[in-house]
Amino acid sequence: MPTTVTHDVELIDAGKGPGGSSSGGNGNGQPGGGGSGSSGPAAVPQRTYVTGMTVGLGGILMFFMALVSAFIVRKGVGNDWYAIEMPRVLWLNTLILVASSFTLAHARKRFLAHEDAAFRHWWSVTTILGVFFLAGQIIAWRQLAAAGVFLATNPSSSFFYVFTAAHGLHLLGGVLGLMLVAFRPTRRLTRSTATEIAAMYWHFMDGLWVFLFLVLLLGR
Amino acid sequence: MSSHAHAAHAMPHAPTGFISKYIFSTDHKVIGIQYYLLALTAVMVGIVLSLLMRFHLVWPGAHLPFVVGGIMTPEQYASLVTMHGTIMVFFVLTTAPQGGFGNYFLPIQIGAADMAFPRLNMLSFWVTFLAFVCIVAAFFVPGGAPLSGWTGYAPLSALNGVTGPGEGWGQTMWIFSIALFCLGALLGALNFIATTIDLRAPGMTLFRMPLTCWGWFVTAILGLLAFGVLLAGGILLLLDRSAGTSFFIPAGVVVNDQVQNHSGGSPLLWQHLFWFFGHPEVYIAILPGMGVASHVLSTFSRKPVFGYRAMAMAICAIGFLGFMVWGHHMFVSGMSPYSGFAFSVLTMSIGVPSAIKTFNWLGTVWGGKIQLHTPMLFALGFVSLFVSGGLSGLFLAQPAVDNLLHGTYYVVAHFHLVMGVAAIFGIFAATYFWFPKMFGRMMSEPLGKLHFWITFAGAYCIFMPMHFIGIAGGIRRYADYTAVTYLPPLQPLHKFITIAAFITGAAQLVFLWNFFWSLKFGEKASINPWNATTLEWTTASPPPLDNFAGNYPSVYRGPYEFSVPGAKEDFILQNLAPEAVARAK
Repeated sequence: MPTTVTHDVELIDAGKGPGGSSSGGNGNGQPGGGGSGSSGPAAVPQRTYVTGMTVGLGGILMFFMALVSAFIVRKGVGNDWYAIEMPRVLWLNTLILVASSFTLAHARKRFLAHEDAAFRHWWSVTTILGVFFLAGQIIAWRQLAAAGVFLATNPSSSFFYVFTAAHGLHLLGGVLGLMLVAFRPTRRLTRSTATEIAAMYWHFMDGLWVFLFLVLLLGR
Repeated sequence: MSSHAHAAHAMPHAPTGFISKYIFSTDHKVIGIQYYLLALTAVMVGIVLSLLMRFHLVWPGAHLPFVVGGIMTPEQYASLVTMHGTIMVFFVLTTAPQGGFGNYFLPIQIGAADMAFPRLNMLSFWVTFLAFVCIVAAFFVPGGAPLSGWTGYAPLSALNGVTGPGEGWGQTMWIFSIALFCLGALLGALNFIATTIDLRAPGMTLFRMPLTCWGWFVTAILGLLAFGVLLAGGILLLLDRSAGTSFFIPAGVVVNDQVQNHSGGSPLLWQHLFWFFGHPEVYIAILPGMGVASHVLSTFSRKPVFGYRAMAMAICAIGFLGFMVWGHHMFVSGMSPYSGFAFSVLTMSIGVPSAIKTFNWLGTVWGGKIQLHTPMLFALGFVSLFVSGGLSGLFLAQPAVDNLLHGTYYVVAHFHLVMGVAAIFGIFAATYFWFPKMFGRMMSEPLGKLHFWITFAGAYCIFMPMHFIGIAGGIRRYADYTAVTYLPPLQPLHKFITIAAFITGAAQLVFLWNFFWSLKFGEKASINPWNATTLEWTTASPPPLDNFAGNYPSVYRGPYEFSVPGAKEDFILQNLAPEAVARAK
């Protein structure tokens, strides 16, 4: 063949235009495919959002692990640590949050069974439980404050406020995420992916709270 | 932001307005250039700061520009040290290789149309930009820039306002800046990882990725795991300063005869949190450069990378070990000798993957048809500087030796060579190598070579003598040595370093001229001016909005098929089907 390699490149590329596009379904995004948003030329496969959420949770986990290891070290080196009285409402809050994971799992099941009304019902229940949890955390703060325990009172109270605030902010994000999935049609994500990654985040925040609560309880 | 109305008729949804195209763009190529220009701005600030410091060290009584009051005070010198380190590490060495080149070339090299999450990508850049605004603002707030070094050691950094002029507003701005930078870096890392995992073209297996992509991928993992820890530490530091907590401030700290109202905190806790981030950060700066060096050495030796798999695994090993050695920054903190020993052994074990990389670079170049284009020179320079700077690391990895050298210029020489200048050489190699692809024009080769030789010689002239100053007991971070009895004999060396620094600094003007002149007047670049093999060289220079104008590549081979016996040309592009190669034979 008298052609050069580079010439062949053009031939092949031109020849496999449609082929390349059709293989985009399982790997690459299709150029201009589907009803994707206005700013991205290609649709991203749905599993990418799951990957992104998994990776993001890894980053969040490191953030909280840093706080927890600071807790352990600070308790070990200081001689000024005394245990604070844990507000009892925290047990109720924990119960609410754990329950919300079950209602969310139920909502996902109803979604996968295409029972839209039941999905919406249980999804809303989860969201409301999330709001209750946040309200309960604020009540816990107020009870502590009423007992004269503030952020700077003692390292144990400092960590209590830091843990609950950092987790609370993340959970507030989760509540907003649940509301977004429920009320706003998503453009890039399918509804199935949206509910899946919202559920991943929610269960993670639930488990994280149980862990943080145990650390605060056993480590105080 | 472009609207649906645009999307309806513009071919692949090209944004039309200036703002949506160049400012709030979601195109990874525009964002990559934005990151690069941010780093370019930051590096100029950083260089000016270092030149001011060098000048002051040699002529401490002289009047200086940019210095409030004319003659530099020790506090001002400390603030320059802090700002030089912070700006260089975060906004240059982290921003240009990963945010800049990673953003631009990772999607193209793996055959994707964009990053996985383009709007998140835009957000990462703008958060990082805001972080830069915050750090520069620290110069202008009451009291000026902070004094506590780029490491922000407590309690100096943790007591609000009382510990020095820059320790009020300046330190607070520093913490805000770092916290924002962490957020931007975390979002960016998430994007890089998801993109690498899920958006590779058909046939682009992990072990067919260019080593640059390995560098960016592992760097992103390091960033994901490290920046969250710094963010957590930064929040606690901020609370110590502003909310009266005592995470890092021990009892009985006396500042200006005033006992501070804190108790029981641990300055070492901050050091642990900081260096758990800080050591991986060193690799965040250098791993992309390692990828670029491998890539460029292979291309201009016309040979495959020697031991490709070993190179990829060495990047992973360096990343993994990088999380277990942070204690070697704290040998002088009174750490238990047993911990010191463990950190020492782990630190030296990084010598193994580093040596694998170095010998494989040499193996790649060995017997090749070497073409000494500017990017190749910088890649060779990278290897040289990495070796020179890395070897002194083996000395510093001994706690007993480090006790002697830790506070001296020996350490300054070590980390500048191995992570500072080496990483900068990686950035320069990448710039000269990819400029034709990014901007469609070639940079000037004669000017590039001039820039290389002055910078290369200059880097050694600046940092080699610092080893001697360090061994002779020259203490780092001091503003003025003239009153220390044993140090004046070192002053001629300092003078030599300062002159070398000014010449090297001036050589960077050659680079800037070359860069901006070539943007407009450089020779037009073809699709593949270097006869390279990876996917970015299969598309137009610069690439279209979706990178491949709809023809998404499939990949049939590894990234470095140079000088394949029997092939018609000495390079085979990654997307070339086997039939096409057979036909070409």
